Order: sequence, then C-alpha cells, then structure tokens
Amino acid sequence: MPEALNLIDDQRPAQRRAALAILDELEARSAFPGAHRLGVTGTPGAGKSTLIDALLRALRARGETLAVLAVDPSSRASGGALLGDRVRMRAAGEDPGIFIRSMAAREQLGGTAAGAHASVLILSCVFDRVIVETVGVGQSESDVHSLVDTLLLVANPSSGDALQFMKAGLLEWPDVFAVNKSDLGAEAARTRSELESGLAVGESASGEWRRAVLQVSARDGTGLDALQQALDAHRDHLSTSETLAARREAGRVAHVLSALRERFGSRGVEALGGATGVANRLRESGAGTFSLAAQLDAELDAALAARS
Amino acid sequence: MSIPNSADRDRPWVFRTYSGHSSAQASNALYRDNLEKGQTGLSVAFDLPTQTGVDSDHPLARGEVGKVGVPICHVDDMTALFHELPLDRMNTSMTINAPAAWLLALYVAVAERSGVDTQQLQGTTQNDIVKEYLSRGTYIFPPEPSMRLISDMVAYTVDAIPRWNPINICSYHLQEAGATPVQEIAFAMANAIAVLDAVRERGDVPEARLPQVVGRISFFLNAGIRFVEETCKARAMTEIWDRITRERYGVEDEKLRRFRYGVQVNSLGLTEAQPENNVIRIVLEALGVTLSKKARCRALQLPAWNEALGLPRPWDQQWSLRIQQILAYETDLLEHEDLFEGSQVVENRVRELVEAADAELQQVLEMGGAVAAVENAYMKQQLVASHTARTQAIETGELPVVGVNRFIETADSPLTEGERSILVVDESAERAQIEALRAFRSRRNESEAKTALQGLRDALRNGENVMPPSIRAAHAGVTTGEWSDTLRELFGEYRAPTGVTAARRETQGEDMKGVRDRVQQLATSLGRPLKILVGKPGLDGHSNGAEQIAVRARDVGMEVVYDGIRLTPAQIAASARDEGVHVIGLSILSGSHQVLVLDVLECLREAGLGELPVVVGGIIPDTDADQLQAAGVARVYTPKDFDLTRIMGEIVDVVSEPRAAA
Repeated sequence: MPEALNLIDDQRPAQRRAALAILDELEARSAFPGAHRLGVTGTPGAGKSTLIDALLRALRARGETLAVLAVDPSSRASGGALLGDRVRMRAAGEDPGIFIRSMAAREQLGGTAAGAHASVLILSCVFDRVIVETVGVGQSESDVHSLVDTLLLVANPSSGDALQFMKAGLLEWPDVFAVNKSDLGAEAARTRSELESGLAVGESASGEWRRAVLQVSARDGTGLDALQQALDAHRDHLSTSETLAARREAGRVAHVLSALRERFGSRGVEALGGATGVANRLRESGAGTFSLAAQLDAELDAALAARS
Repeated sequence: MSIPNSADRDRPWVFRTYSGHSSAQASNALYRDNLEKGQTGLSVAFDLPTQTGVDSDHPLARGEVGKVGVPICHVDDMTALFHELPLDRMNTSMTINAPAAWLLALYVAVAERSGVDTQQLQGTTQNDIVKEYLSRGTYIFPPEPSMRLISDMVAYTVDAIPRWNPINICSYHLQEAGATPVQEIAFAMANAIAVLDAVRERGDVPEARLPQVVGRISFFLNAGIRFVEETCKARAMTEIWDRITRERYGVEDEKLRRFRYGVQVNSLGLTEAQPENNVIRIVLEALGVTLSKKARCRALQLPAWNEALGLPRPWDQQWSLRIQQILAYETDLLEHEDLFEGSQVVENRVRELVEAADAELQQVLEMGGAVAAVENAYMKQQLVASHTARTQAIETGELPVVGVNRFIETADSPLTEGERSILVVDESAERAQIEALRAFRSRRNESEAKTALQGLRDALRNGENVMPPSIRAAHAGVTTGEWSDTLRELFGEYRAPTGVTAARRETQGEDMKGVRDRVQQLATSLGRPLKILVGKPGLDGHSNGAEQIAVRARDVGMEVVYDGIRLTPAQIAASARDEGVHVIGLSILSGSHQVLVLDVLECLREAGLGELPVVVGGIIPDTDADQLQAAGVARVYTPKDFDLTRIMGEIVDVVSEPRAAA
C-alpha cells in the first residue's frame, strides 16, 4: 500500500496511466459506505495531532484499524515542506493496525485535493477509518470538507480563535467542533460558548444534523468518549439520512473541478458546464472520477490547441 | 616578587569534571583518581537509559548502556559508585532530570546505609525539565506532573537535606541550542519563576520558608567564546535575580537573593578541525565566568579539548582540570576585588542585556510563563531560529571560526595520531551490566520491592511527596525502570514540540539556489519530489543538529518527514516504508552509532528497503565511519561538516546514484 501511495504521486506518464487504472478499479470495487472518512482541521497549535493521537489509541482499543493522512503546507519560497506530525502521533508504535502518511500540500503544484482524494480512496480500501489532518483557517476547509464524511474542527481555548473562524466564514463547514485543552478551564468554556453562539446551536431543522461543540483535553483524556460518540453519531446520521452518497458524489465532483481549475482556471471549468456539467458527465460516462478528470483535462487541452 | 598571604585570597570555586562511563565500579575508580589529582567536587554523568528511566536490559537501551555516563539501575549500583567516598564531605552534582527524585532517593539510601546524616549531604540534582523539552531531550513526563516532582523535591530537601540544591536552572543547554545571551538570560529567569511559582501555588512549603527555598535555587550557565559579553551576562543575571527574588518573592535576606551558579563552558563552539585550538577556547571561556568577583561561578567544569572527536580519556580530562588549577592557584585572579567595578563599558553592556532580557522575559510571562511557552513552542521556535542564523553565519564566514572557516591550513597534529587518541568504551560493559542487573533482581526480596512500588503509587495518587516512598523503594531494591514505569502509568509520557515546522526563515544564497535546482531536477526524474526522513534512533535527545538538517532540507525544496527522537530501529524502518521516502538521515550524538545504525540497516532489509540510502551524522571517529560505510551507509557526517548546503547537495548525489542492495 505505501507503494500505491508512491505511485499515485508519480508524475511520469507511464506511472500516471498505471495509477489511473488502479484508482478506477478501486473506486469501482470499493464497498459503500466503507471506511469512515474523518477530517480534522484547526489553527496551528490547536493540538490536532495530539488529539488525533488520543483518538487513535481509543479507537484502536475498540479494534478499529486506522490510517492518518497528515497534510502540511509547502513552502512557497523553496517548494519544500517540513512534515512534523508523526512526532506527535506515537500511538502507532510498531502496530500494523495504524498507518500514518505525511503529505505536503504543494499549493503551487496542484492543490491539496489532487493527491489527497486518491490517497483517501486507497487508504479507505484497507482501513476501517481514514483520518485526514489539515492546517485550517483559510480556504482549505471547503477542500477538506469535500474529502471526508465528517469534518471535525479543533479550536484553541483562546478568545481569538472563535472570532477568527467566524470572520473567515468557515463555521459552515465543520460537522463537529472540539475546543481542545479543556484543562485550561474558564478560557476553554468561554471559547465553547462563543462558538455555540456563532453557530446558533439548536436552531437546525428537525432531521438535520445538530452540530455540537464539545470540550476535550487530549492531555488528560477529558471528553474523548463524548467526542467518539459525536463522531459515530454523525456517521450514523449520514448513512441513515442517505446524505452520505450525495456528499461523496459532491466530493468527487469537487475533486475533478479543483484538478481542472488548477490548470485551466474558472473559464475552463465554465466551458465544461461548471459543477453541474461535471456532475452530469460523471454520472453519464460511468467512468471513474480519476480517469474522468484526466479525460476532461485532455479535452480542454485539445480545445485550447485547436484555438491556437 | 611578593608572595601573597593565602588568607588574602578568595576561596576558589569548586573544580569538577563531568564524568562517568561503563559501570559504577569503573566510574568510582575514575572519581577517586580525579579527586587525587585535585578535583574538589564530583559531577556524575549518567548514561541515557538511566536519564530516560529505563533499565539497562530494556530494548531502547541497546547500545547506550554505559556510553555517555554511568548506568545506575538500583541501590547496589549507587553504593558501588560512591564506594569509599566520604558522602558527608563530598559536593556531588548529578546531571539527572526526569528521574531526579529517584536518583536522589538512591543517594539518600546509600548515605543512610553508611550512617551519614542526610543533613550533611551537599550537592545538586540538575532537575530542570524545561530545558529538557527545549534542548536536551531526556524528558519523560508531561510538564505538569514534572513540575510537581520538582516541587516535591524542593519541599523535601529544604528541611531534610538543607544543603542540597534541588534544582539547577540550566541556561547552559539553551546556548547549546543556539540561544543569544538575551534569550539565555530571559528563558532561564522564566524557568526559575515557573518553578518557584509552582512551589508557592502548591503550598508544599510554608510561606515563611519560601526565602530558604529561593536561596537554594541555583543556576547552570554556559560560557561561550565571546568572553567579555559572557562576563556581562553573568553580571546581568546577578542583577535580575536579585530584583526578582526581592520583588516577586519578597526575600529580604541579601544572602538568599544571591545568584549562585555553576558553569560548563561551551561545547557548541569546540571544533573537530584543529582540535588543539579548543584548549585556548576553553581557557578564555573559563575566564569569562571567573574574572568578575561579583559574578563569579561557584563551580566550574571544563570539557576536554577533544570532545568533538569522541569520548575523552582520563589524560584529556586531567588537562582541563589543570586549567582550573592554574587559573585559581598560579594567577592572581583571586587576590582582587571586582575588576569591573566602575567600568563604564561593562556597565553599559550589562544595562543593555538587562533591558533586552527584561522585555523578552515579560513576553514569556504574558504568554503564561515558561511552561506555556514550551507547550506553544514559542521558546523552541526562537531557539531554532537563532541556531539557524548562527549556522548560516558560520557557513558564510560572517562568524569566523579559526580552523573551520578561517585559517584552515594546518600541519599534521601529533595529538590526534593513532587509534587510542579517544576513549573507547568496552563493548562488554553493556553485557556485564545487564548480567549484574538480572542477578540483583533475582536476589532481592520480590515482595518487598512490590510493596514499595505500591506504596509509591498510592502516595502519588494521594498527592503526597514523592521522596519518602522513593527512598523506601530504593532500600527495597526497586530498579530505575520500575520506578519510572510506575510514574509513567500515572502521568503518561510526553512529546515536546519540535519547533521545526515553524522555522519560517528561509536560507538564501547562490549555493542554495544551485542545490534547489538540482532537487527540482531530481523530482522530475523520480516522478515526485524528493522525500527524506530525519530522525534520531536510540535515547539521545540532543535534537538541535537533526532540526537544523530538517530545516535546511526543507529550504532546498525537499519534503522532510521529521520523526523526532527516541525511535527504535524498527520504528524508523516502518516510518520510511509508510512515508515512501527516498533517503533517510539519522543523527546520533551518544556514541552508540555502531549498534543503532547497523540495527536500522537490518530492519530496513527486513522491510524490503535494503536499497534505501542512509546518511548518518554524529560524533563519529574515522575508524567507525569506515565501518559504517562498509556496512552500507551512504555518507557519514561529523561536527567538521558545518556546511549544511553542501550536505544537501551530497544527499541529492546519494539519491541519484544507482545503488545495489546492501
């Protein structure tokens, strides 16, 4: 499996063809709903990795197998990246039931989505749960939202955090909120209530997912049980409300769109009929998401070549 | 010439040599030898398994037993270490941190067994956990319970062992990690405040005894080659400490406010190239902390001139001791009042340092103090940034280092010829230690040991002081690993922030651009960007070097998986496989590179990654380097390889080279 992840990252033409074939087959064969795909996002220093480490221990103890895809930003100046999340995730030890892969976001080379979508697909064929960790605050929330079934936002217990989220308009994306470091007491409670008022918790229509704000502490384990229950509840909610299939499909469309937008901009995406056009093509063609993206890429290339 | 009356001279500081290796017996012989040569205090170096709370037969201890210090697993080891040394007249400094309470308990047990009143015991347990998180890496528990252990020791010693310094606030390691003088002062003060505030908040010591507690806080400083500035630094710290103890803790007695400190002079600046020059560096650095009477150190230990080459021999350590003796007995240094009193130049520099350090200290305090600034990685990030700047200044030649980037022409040195120019620890020492440990376990009273451990567990759960049950456990034959595991159960283990991911400063320059281009070209032929794993196998926690490598690799465009410290060879192989890296960089400074690197290579072969190139950095003598390369290591780097960009270029070479399976 690590070799499969290497392969889908490989840009050489022969390797790309091989990767597409594998991805199409995995997509066609993978069971639904399959692995639970959980996204974890939040500001730097909010304790995402430490919280994931605590979750890994708890979920592994229930017998689940788990994979983590830890995405960190790339340096714009050098193109390099420092991927330091493994240090904080020691639950794995030498346990083959836990797999951790670090990944550079490579903004300038094609966006998070390109490699992440394919990686999540591969990992979800092998593990019971796939956790995607990304640094948040910015545009990446919508990206990671399209990758996963459940998005968890981890907030720091400082008054600034909740305010920043609201300003950045990203409270609409997460399904579950966790204010970490609840052992810090009053400040954590205050952040929680700020978030709750920002979300207007409790005003959702019946049958809709009621978004919860939890207080947790990765350090002393407080609130971890409640967090697991909330994550399980969201997964159950999705599978009973049939929104999971719709969400996954939207995710596939988002992947194709972001791959195309990277090379051809919004004009190129419009030429294909935007999100609706791509969704229709995906449904009609019966092709896998990844080969459709490659096919549309080639079509747009050809169209541009014809014009010049 | 007039020969001064010895009564007119100041008493010299305590002469120490940081030492210990192989076994308690071998270290005891070394200590007695050193004392006979005129050393006046002991400085015990423990091996890494002892420092990280594992027994000598633990899997992580493999290759590390008796390497950088003495292995102490139980009370019989401690008894052997101090065999025929008069504990009531010794001044013993122990470089021990996470399990400091345990090693002090063993020391007390030895004293009790030999009929020495603990009121007579004199010495220091280093016991500074903040700098372990920031620089030295031998922490075990999270900050909060660690601060509790420190507070317990402070509360216990103030009455039971009143002449003991329960904690030595270390700015030494901050300088080794790249701290500027201002950072060194500010972070050390923040650390001392964190300890004293914790003691006060916990209420373990009656308010009226707080001045005595303050009076037992000592410091451990570094003295670098800029020795005028170092003198000013010590004077600035004296001034700031006097103010903090008076204003924050209300200490009236001037004596209890005195800034008491010991020193180990700088190791960071000792060079592998032309190592004989280090003797001169050491002398000048010693001057920096002895010249000013007002801010003179209380104890001094000097490294050996050949430390960057490997473990020093007894003769090398003797040479450093002689420096101290000449300084104290031959020169007129101790005959004068403070030389700098009234010096406007020194006064101005001290003023600048005090002001800048105050501002930095204020910033840390506003963040919530030293512990908060560890957890949010602020201090670590500042240190990594300073260290990066220093490394670059040496590379560009802006910071001259004689024999390294200036005046590198040299005749062959007669001092480093031959294979016996460094100490080689006998590889059988580890086996002997493990056998002795197993024999000890089988002869002790098992139920007494179990009961003592249960007593320790109960006491900790009830919030009682850790010292009394630890001393009982020492007598009952509990081992270092068992004591530490009991605390691990209750407190958990900690991973400190690395600070590397936040190292924003990008390295520039023509060389950098060249390597960056090559990294990009290689990505095209590899099909994906060059991915490297950087980590430290074994127990050595000195991560500064590995962090600098990781940051520079990022800056030349590599994708760097930084895996941190305390990794088993199997974990490194698993990380390399799961991460799909093209090359592995290992850093080992403890001298156990042979065993650990060979184990990593073996694990890689088992994982089907035998072709993955491995580069190794560390204090690695030439003969060892040859053996490592023969075993399949692609490149070996030692302290003389200061040009990190060149190393990056070679890593590109290594990945580009076609390789046969090793």
